[in-house]
Amino acid sequence: MSARDTILQRVRTALGAAGGDAARSRAVAARLAEAPAGIVPARGRLDGKARTDLFVEMAEKAAATVQRVRKPDSVPRAVAAYLRGRNLPAAVRMGDDPRLAAMPWDKVRALEIGRGAADPDDEVGVSHAYAGIAETGTVMVHSGADNPTGINFLPEHHIVVVDAADIEGDMEAVIARVRAGFGKGTMPRSLNLITGPSRSGDIEQTLLLGAHGPRAVHLIVIG
Amino acid sequence: MDIRSPAFKQSARAALSDAQLQRALGNVRTGFIDKRRQAVDALPEFDALRDSAKAIKDHTLAHLDLYLEAYEAKATEAGGHVHWAETAEDARRIVLDICRAAGARTVTKGKSMITEEIDLNAFLEAEGIRPVETDLGEYIIQLRNEHPSHIIAPAVHLNKDQVESDFRRVHDHLPAARDLSEPAALLGEARRVLRSQYFAADVGITGANFLVAETGTSIIVTNEGNGDLTQLLPRVHVVVASIEKLVPTLEDASQILRVLARSATGQDMSVYTTFSTGPRRPGDPDGPEEYHVVLLDNGRSSMLGSEFQDMLRCIRCGACMNHCPVYHAVGGHAYGWVYPGPMGAVLTPSLIGVDKSGHLPNASTFCGRCEAVCPMRIPLPKMMRHWREREFERGLNPAAQRYGLGLWAFFARRPRLYRFATSLAVPALAAMARGRGAFRRLPLAGGWTRHRDLPAPESRTFMQQWRDRSAGGETAAARGPEGLA
Repeated sequence: MSARDTILQRVRTALGAAGGDAARSRAVAARLAEAPAGIVPARGRLDGKARTDLFVEMAEKAAATVQRVRKPDSVPRAVAAYLRGRNLPAAVRMGDDPRLAAMPWDKVRALEIGRGAADPDDEVGVSHAYAGIAETGTVMVHSGADNPTGINFLPEHHIVVVDAADIEGDMEAVIARVRAGFGKGTMPRSLNLITGPSRSGDIEQTLLLGAHGPRAVHLIVIG
Repeated sequence: MDIRSPAFKQSARAALSDAQLQRALGNVRTGFIDKRRQAVDALPEFDALRDSAKAIKDHTLAHLDLYLEAYEAKATEAGGHVHWAETAEDARRIVLDICRAAGARTVTKGKSMITEEIDLNAFLEAEGIRPVETDLGEYIIQLRNEHPSHIIAPAVHLNKDQVESDFRRVHDHLPAARDLSEPAALLGEARRVLRSQYFAADVGITGANFLVAETGTSIIVTNEGNGDLTQLLPRVHVVVASIEKLVPTLEDASQILRVLARSATGQDMSVYTTFSTGPRRPGDPDGPEEYHVVLLDNGRSSMLGSEFQDMLRCIRCGACMNHCPVYHAVGGHAYGWVYPGPMGAVLTPSLIGVDKSGHLPNASTFCGRCEAVCPMRIPLPKMMRHWREREFERGLNPAAQRYGLGLWAFFARRPRLYRFATSLAVPALAAMARGRGAFRRLPLAGGWTRHRDLPAPESRTFMQQWRDRSAGGETAAARGPEGLA
């Protein structure tokens, strides 16, 4: 008997369950099909401005910095201002995300834009969030041809553009969005929930920002 | 790793007199508890979420065979390879075969207790493959050739001067005059040293906090970002996960995530919660070309259906040990195997046998804080009692203890005789104490009086005092028991 069959057999024996028990199979199939939501905190049910404000508040609590702009066209200037404000070289890495590509980067003089997978020497990466989660100040990005995952982790500074219309109140709403976008039961290779910059408390429980991932996460919220 | 649990008493004694360790443990007693409290207080739904999380795991465990099959089908459909391992030995062999097929010389590792359980690092090294731990705490203890002393803060037993001297010893290519006096400097140095390792590694190995049956996804929850670099940059990603990590759906994972970080570090959400499904897709600019999952049983299936099944709900947050007075006093290494604290006191006997770890379920004051803070509502003290019963049934505890318990049981089953005996013993002890209220030494009680005084009983037994008060119309219960004998 294969290891697989042995383990499954042991589990069934321990549970007192026979292999072909239709009621158990139905219970599992129903759960997987319906994916019932559990308890959603009240703070996840805010709408409109209150929701965006909570998102900003929670992101800042997690040590991200947040800048609000009115429209997508303002993003390149906001990125340039961030670089200048921190004395960073005028160079960023980004994928071919169409929402980023549509922004007027040529309006920012001398900004060098690297495309494709991140390089260990990149200082600043720019991503566009698929969604935001207000209850925790989290942004969600995912892998794909236009979205190298390394941009989220290798640069010292990670700038994430979030459209306020993509900010959901709670995690369940973002899951519903993923299901609608990718199909039920299907996921991008990597789906990353990011809440603030990387950190470690491993030395004497002293919280330090900037462990192996970015030292700084800067969110540019549009709208 | 070697099992040192039988030496718990000696290890605990050594730990109590270890000044460095005691200084480091002070950080556990303060930091974790306050941070968890604040996070929990800020979420009114926290207790309801605990109930929800518990119900999800109970449901999953009751249908585990079916969820494992569903998970395997989805993970395979996404291009992943699912391997099944009955034992630690099987899991090590599977990982080695994957590494060999990838021609691996170096593997990076994200923090994972399951690879500690199967002692993967020592095995890979013996086979000529270099494992590099990338979590800061794990990296530090790997340099010291130690094991984690805490399941989420592996180096919590160390102070920064110890880390500094290890870094100076190992990173000898760096200038000796560099300043490493601050934790930030140590972190920066580890970051720079490990950066090159991620790119040099052929295989990246992580654990999983959850496996999602609905989508065939593995989830890791981290703060440093090392786990993500570990699974992103090498050509092959291997996930090692035990079978109880299953949850049915993404919603179910979401429920448990809400209690996980709050219970562990007091964060509302850990920095990185990463859902991985299969290998790199066509057109993806990065990501591993192969994605393997090793599903490990290693004793879990025999906990199912037993009085220890509830332990399989554990999500390894560490809250139980953060709140445990015994862990606070002796730290994690004294427990002598992979899992310390209350969860270790229950899990270790299940995995390596109570004959080798009987001290652990006895190393508890039964104060109940572990159960009170457990996000999955695992009745840890009750299960420690089950292990004590098993130990007694199998005649594993020392003869003196067994004889004493037998004697006590003889009296306890005969209430009249018991009351008569205590009515003689209590005044006798009270007289022996001669009004001092406590004994500094007492025959047959050396195990107690060596470390503290034994309080002397009042002159009359509890039952006698109760009778007197009830007769006097006073509510004895409201005054509380005095002289419990």
